[in-house]
Amino acid sequence: MKRPSGPLLLLVFLLIFPLIFREGYYQHLMILVLMWVAIGSGWNLISGYTGQVLFGAAAFFGVGAYTAALLSSKLELSAWWGLPLGGLLSVAIAFPFGWICFRLRGPYFALATLALNEIFRHIATIWESLTDGMIGILVMQTFISKVPYYYVALATAILSIVGVDYVIRSRWGYYFVSIREDQDAAESMGIDTLYYKMVSLCLSAFLIGITGALYTNYMGFIDPKVVFSLHDISIMAILVGIVGGVGTIYGPTVGAFIMVAVQEIFRTGGFGLLNAIGKATGWPFMTTVTKYISEAHVLSFGLLVIVVILFLPNGIVGDWGIIKKIFVRSKKPAV
Amino acid sequence: MAFFEVRDIVKYFGGLAAVNRVSFEVQEGQIYGLIGPNGSGKTTIFNLINGYFHLNKGQIWFQGEKISGLKTHQICQRGIGRTFQVVKPLKRMTVLDNVIASAFLRHHSRAEAQAWAEATIHFCGLTHFKDKVAKSLPIASRKRLEIARSLATRPKLILLDETAAGLNPHELEEAIALIKKIRDSGITVIIVEHIMKVIMSISDRIVAINHGMVITEGTPTEVASNPEVIKAYFGEDYRA
Amino acid sequence: MEVFLQTLVAGVLKGGLYALIGIGMTLIMGVMGIINLAHGQFMMVAMYVTYTLFHFLGIDPYFTLLISMPSLFVLGILIQKYLLNPLMKVDSILPENQVLMTVGIAMVLTEIARFIFSSNYLSVKTSYSSSAFYVGGISFSVALTIAFGIALLLTFGLFWFLIKTDLGRSIRAVSQDGEAAELMGVDSEKIKMITMGIGAALVAAAGTLLLPIYYLFPDIGGPFTRKAFVITILGGLGSTVGAIFGGVTLGLAESFGATYIGMDFEDMVGLVIFLLVLLFIPGGFRRLTKV
Repeated sequence: MKRPSGPLLLLVFLLIFPLIFREGYYQHLMILVLMWVAIGSGWNLISGYTGQVLFGAAAFFGVGAYTAALLSSKLELSAWWGLPLGGLLSVAIAFPFGWICFRLRGPYFALATLALNEIFRHIATIWESLTDGMIGILVMQTFISKVPYYYVALATAILSIVGVDYVIRSRWGYYFVSIREDQDAAESMGIDTLYYKMVSLCLSAFLIGITGALYTNYMGFIDPKVVFSLHDISIMAILVGIVGGVGTIYGPTVGAFIMVAVQEIFRTGGFGLLNAIGKATGWPFMTTVTKYISEAHVLSFGLLVIVVILFLPNGIVGDWGIIKKIFVRSKKPAV
Repeated sequence: MAFFEVRDIVKYFGGLAAVNRVSFEVQEGQIYGLIGPNGSGKTTIFNLINGYFHLNKGQIWFQGEKISGLKTHQICQRGIGRTFQVVKPLKRMTVLDNVIASAFLRHHSRAEAQAWAEATIHFCGLTHFKDKVAKSLPIASRKRLEIARSLATRPKLILLDETAAGLNPHELEEAIALIKKIRDSGITVIIVEHIMKVIMSISDRIVAINHGMVITEGTPTEVASNPEVIKAYFGEDYRA
Repeated sequence: MEVFLQTLVAGVLKGGLYALIGIGMTLIMGVMGIINLAHGQFMMVAMYVTYTLFHFLGIDPYFTLLISMPSLFVLGILIQKYLLNPLMKVDSILPENQVLMTVGIAMVLTEIARFIFSSNYLSVKTSYSSSAFYVGGISFSVALTIAFGIALLLTFGLFWFLIKTDLGRSIRAVSQDGEAAELMGVDSEKIKMITMGIGAALVAAAGTLLLPIYYLFPDIGGPFTRKAFVITILGGLGSTVGAIFGGVTLGLAESFGATYIGMDFEDMVGLVIFLLVLLFIPGGFRRLTKV
């Protein structure tokens, strides 16, 4: 089997990235990308490969994040213990949850994950004696430099890609994809579809959960609105998954780069470009545009969802053939 | 005790008995035919054996073990494979991957599963389609893929649901040959078929069903000469 | 006892409005086979229509029904025609791509509302907004009672439409078996557009009726979308009669939850019910009553 060299080059680039880009801002962005690679890979396993669309990834992300935060604030342990324990706690929730939802086919699972997301956010908000509610939890960061976090995030991303790739090539992977393609056929092939859907969900929850714990360690602060966010976590996870390519190994990686860039472009008004234009030209109207653009990131997410589903239903990696065709066609008349 | 036995099974759909007190026995090594007009309940019986529907009454026994009440995948693990009348290929997977997914039931290592899948694909004459995506196959090959996927689970009994429907005469001959080959390899076969030529020429015994009830059971010649069967198939006025 | 009765009345009245929300969602579920996760956002749009008409033209909220319902009907049709129907021809790995599409629509509608009206809380204060009448010591909110009455009328009207008219019969036919209906000459794409329109119009009515006693801001859609899917699941997916039961049940549960557990938990009640239903009566009320 021929190994694709693209991922290998990317890996080398990522390994030396903090040595080249010493500015904290770029390292921060790349840490976000790497965390989204892990979340996106987890999402992709249950949604893209197993066909059970996870609408509430934030439920597991938040559980991981809060596990890390509470270990530190309540038990005075290192928040790093949150990585394994947050992952395991997410699994402990995913297992019974999957058992309840997967007995039924249809939209139940998708909706139930959405509900779980909301329920956890409410609990984290209301249970003030444990979580301090809306105030959130502050955790002492271990390192001042971003570089150690960068390498932990890189390790998590690599673990998730290699892990998903390994699973997908194994018996489990065949079972997951069989379930996605036709549940009746899968059952009649002797596959316990309920059990394997639960296995897939648990693996996903684990990856998303450890990333949540990593987020707590890196950011040093969490509150219910951020880590259980429907838009910024759950919908973002879906976008990372589908923009890159549903049911492909490197789709979430492509998706993570694109989506973090999109998010950042809107947050900063085109990396400050619009602002600069406004200042240089002195047009007051540019300031207004900049203000609107930076407020429009949810709108842009919504539009992206619509456009991607309509035109690239299987993402950039999945629909690469279609994309290439479009470009080849448009080039032809010029030749 | 028979190899496979259906005892007095009943299935209601909203008050209507789709299958009503049906019983039959199949001996090991037989090709057993299930015939009846459209909507007579043949596929429903397969869905009941396979655990896709739950029985309202009755029992199903296989190799001295009661299998009614088990889940579909458990029944497959006990050694009963099936194909679907409306084929259900795993569309975005290649033929080989379709069959490997099935072969994993008895072979846990990837290499063994692949070897067994390739042997099964060869057995079913699909080798030149091996790397094609399942949704691109012509209908005759899709039907073979159904059989290959079922055989890959190493069943002792296989339920074939209208595997010959929609095939041209040449493909029909091949399908008949394949079914015989399956029986010769030691697998018992229950076959639902519409095309009389197929079922009469290969079945050892036949049960005829109409309106969810058994009309008659016996050898092909006995069943073919039964006036009730003729009436069910050709209407009241037909005189042979 | 009085508190109990009061809570009961409030729950039933609210339940009437919830039923209206749920029936629209259920119709869409039945015909399209999808959960419309932009349902609450449709309601939000209708509420802004009502707010605008009231605030700038001084039209009584109840009269704005005549405008909010048709506008949402058209919005529903356009969305179905240009965003959802095309998806049926798209070969996607994700089976839920239509549901995802409704999530995208919901986000866009919410953000557009935020652009126009900003995130501020708005309300429509009428002379009857906070008045009430008393029957045997139990207070009935005037606005909520009127809303309940209109909701009842609309529900009956819908059932008449579904049972007695050709169009209504076509909708039910597609809902029961889309392929068969298409074979018998029903234009299922058109039926889907009309159904989405009706669903949007019904939830628009609920929004307009709710506005005099509620408040309005762009993010109000989300909680109501969740209520709508809880109602739909409670009622058993695709059962219109079930949706009425589901709506009233949710209204009662929220009302009792708020009285006896605490206001903080009102939003969570529905979600917990949802998980309990999945656990104990999968299939919802339809399975229990077979309606």
